[in-house]
Amino acid sequence: MADAVHRLEFRNRDQVLRMASRLEQVVRRVGSPIAVMHVCGTHEQAIARFGLRDLLPAGLDVVMGPGCPVCVTDQPEVDEGVALARQGVVLATYGDMLRVPGTAGSLADARAAGARIEVVYSIVQAAELARQTAEEIVFFATGFETTAVTTAAVLCGEFPPNFSVLSAHKYIPPVMEIVAEMPDCRIQGFLAAGHAAAITGWGVFEAFAQHHRLPVVVAGFEPLDILSGLLVLCEAIAAGHTGVTNCFPRCVTREGNRVAQDVLWRAFRPIGGRWRGIAHVPNGNLRLRDTFAHVDARCRFNIDLTGLWQFAAPSLAASCICGDILAGRTTPAACDLFGNACTPTDPVGACMVSTEGTCRIWHEYGGRRSMGATP
Amino acid sequence: MCLGVPGRVISVQGRVATVDFWGVRRDVQLHIIDEPVEPGDYILNHVGFAVRRIAPAEVERTVALFEELLAAQPGDLLAAEVRSQIGETDG
Repeated sequence: MADAVHRLEFRNRDQVLRMASRLEQVVRRVGSPIAVMHVCGTHEQAIARFGLRDLLPAGLDVVMGPGCPVCVTDQPEVDEGVALARQGVVLATYGDMLRVPGTAGSLADARAAGARIEVVYSIVQAAELARQTAEEIVFFATGFETTAVTTAAVLCGEFPPNFSVLSAHKYIPPVMEIVAEMPDCRIQGFLAAGHAAAITGWGVFEAFAQHHRLPVVVAGFEPLDILSGLLVLCEAIAAGHTGVTNCFPRCVTREGNRVAQDVLWRAFRPIGGRWRGIAHVPNGNLRLRDTFAHVDARCRFNIDLTGLWQFAAPSLAASCICGDILAGRTTPAACDLFGNACTPTDPVGACMVSTEGTCRIWHEYGGRRSMGATP
Repeated sequence: MCLGVPGRVISVQGRVATVDFWGVRRDVQLHIIDEPVEPGDYILNHVGFAVRRIAPAEVERTVALFEELLAAQPGDLLAAEVRSQIGETDG
């Protein structure tokens, strides 16, 4: 076990089984079904990859909410990237973004039609591309606050003059409010994403937990991190306890990473905007501040979307239920398109595109008993 | 894209660290980390940036935390002392 621990793997079989058994005791004690939500693609990946749902007691439903930043990137935001690339700039972005459907096609479609789109792992690589050329390089930036802070770090540091950013970054805490306020919400507690909380600190959830009278547990991403987080969350639900508990102290503090927060809020301001399939989310989008207008692609270029609107939206998209899946109201198992007309190579909805999307994850790790169940 | 990956610091050169991700070595930016890192520390990497230093002692304590949760009596998991150990272990 020591070797595994030194690789930061917390997956000891004996502890996992004992944790699952404790979880079952708590759920049985409550006596009625419990539904909790996590808001992180990395949590869903770990749950699916390690088959954790098969270990969960029958009365516990763990739902993935809007935790995939690529999936909730709205069509008009994708359209801006597509339009810019077609206008002749070189667009650099994360690989997940390529197939996300816009109003009239994806970045992959634009690339097939001749637009220059480069896939990068990090904004650092995008800035490096700009150093090697005189052409305009626009980094199409997506991701939650953990990713936004890396965009901010580059923009607050040194970068070449032909480099700019098109921000579709999103901020998680406001969308938790939206989900908790949904009239048909059956969620009794939230498992908060440990990596986002590493930046913001767990204190950011205190007002939310108090206002909605819900328990929030910050959890990490190893099987034991997730099971222990669920155990503490279900205990809190059983006891009627509200508030925030930090089950990921090796990475998360109450205050979070102050240096990163300073950099994040120096470059970005929160504004309201639509999240695909969810709603207009007040303060849910991160836009560059006016002091960064010179590196804001929305200010630097005249992004012409009119050329895109002559195309009709794909007809299959009308029966796509990604919105309900992103809101945690249903699962991919309830979708007629899932695995049929909608696959990772030919996705209809955004949840099938990203490796953090619920549909993509279920498609990849499918075959588990519990995956066939709808809530 | 959004995956955070832990690794162990091999060496530090200014604001860049060489980090071992259990066999794969990569350079990681240290611009937004809030405390100094040195060889032997763990860091949480996110798209090429270290966002958190994980002290080796924290890693050892994680196993103890799981055992404490498992040892707690049903219903006692939220007892004050357990909560304080779970929730207040800042730093």
